[in-house]
Amino acid sequence: MDPRPSIVETRTRGIDRILAVTGGKGGIGKSSVAVAIAMALAESGARVGLLDLDLWGPSDHVILGVPRPPLGEDGGLVPGTVAGLEFLSIASIVADEPVILRGEAAGSAILELLAVTVWGELDMLVVDMPPGFADVMIDAARHLPRAEHLVVTTPSALTAVTTRKTVAVLQRLRLPLLGVVVNMAKPGHETDGAGDGGADADPGAVPVLGRVALDPTYEGALGDPARLRETALYRDVGRIAAAIAGPTGARDH
Amino acid sequence: MHEWALAEAVVAKVAEVAREAGLPRVREVVVGLGELQAVDREAFAFGLITYRREVPVLADATFSFVVDPARCACRTCGHAWLLGDSLAAMDASDRESVHLVPEMVTLFVSCPACASPDFTVTGGRGVSLVAVES
Repeated sequence: MDPRPSIVETRTRGIDRILAVTGGKGGIGKSSVAVAIAMALAESGARVGLLDLDLWGPSDHVILGVPRPPLGEDGGLVPGTVAGLEFLSIASIVADEPVILRGEAAGSAILELLAVTVWGELDMLVVDMPPGFADVMIDAARHLPRAEHLVVTTPSALTAVTTRKTVAVLQRLRLPLLGVVVNMAKPGHETDGAGDGGADADPGAVPVLGRVALDPTYEGALGDPARLRETALYRDVGRIAAAIAGPTGARDH
Repeated sequence: MHEWALAEAVVAKVAEVAREAGLPRVREVVVGLGELQAVDREAFAFGLITYRREVPVLADATFSFVVDPARCACRTCGHAWLLGDSLAAMDASDRESVHLVPEMVTLFVSCPACASPDFTVTGGRGVSLVAVES
C-alpha cells in the first residue's frame, strides 16, 4: 500500500486557499500568469507559496531567475524563498536536466512532492498545474480537492477549443472552478471585458476573471522579478489577483 | 529530515487502515523500504516512533522493515534488471536527487542492454506499507 496519499491533506492544512492555474494548450502563458499572481499576492502582504507541477517543462524558476531554486529539509522538504514566495519546482531537485517521465511516473513524482513538502502557514498556494488535462493533471487535482481552478486561455480560436474542453473536464470532475483568464489579449481590450478575440475565445458559462494584454516588454523582464513587476502583464494580472484574493487577500502579519 | 515526512505518511496510512478495519489496536506494522529511495533507516524509524504517539491504536505497535530491491523494465527492448550496481555507482548529488524523488532515476541510469533511458521502475521504488497486524 502506498502511504503517501494519506498525508497530502495534512501537508496543506496550514494553507488558507489553493489556486490551481491550469491550461489545455502549451505556450499560452499559464506559468507567466501563475507566477505573476503569486508575486502580486505576496506584494500585497499575503503569505504565498508557488508550486510548479509541470515536470516536463517547468518554467516558473526561469521566470523568477533561479536556475536551481533553493531547497531545505526540516521534517520534510522545505521550499526556499524566492521573490517573496515559498517556491518549489522539480528544478529545485534536478535543475534543468531533461527528465524522461511517462505519465504514471510523473504522477508518482508529483504525489511525492505533495506528500513530503512542508509548506507551513500560507494564505495562498498557487499551483502551476501539469499541462493539459490527461491523467497527471487529473491526479494532481484529485490530491488537492480544495484547489480552486483558474483556466488560462488566449483569444485564439486554436486555444479556445481546448479551453472549452478543459473547462468541461473540470466541471465534469466537479472540481472548484474560479473562472478563465484571457492572456495575450489585444491591447486596449485587456480590462473592458470585451473584444478579446471574438466568440472563439468564449470558454462557456464560466466567468472571465480578466484579460491580460499581450506585452512586448515581458520577454526582456524574464528572470528579473524587479523588472517583472514593471511589466504590463504584471499590472493586468495584479488586478486579477486582487479580485481573486478579495478584501481579505492582503493581510498584515 | 525528509524521512520524517515519509514516516508521518506511514503512520497516517496505518491509522487509516486500522480505522477502516475497526482494529482496536495495532501490534505490528511491516514497512517496505524501496532500495531506490534509500531512506535513512535510523531516522525513519525514529520518525515512526515519534508520530506513533499521536495515534492511540498504535501506542504499542512495533515496526519491522523489509528491503525491496529496485527493479526496472526497459520500455524499448523489454530487458528487466536489478538496479543495485547502478545505484552504487551514482555520485552523492545524483543519489540525493533520486532519494528525494525516485522517478528522477531515469536521468542517471540507462538500460544495461540497449542504453535506453525509457524504462519503468517495477519494484523497490520507495516506502510502502506491507502489513498491519492487530
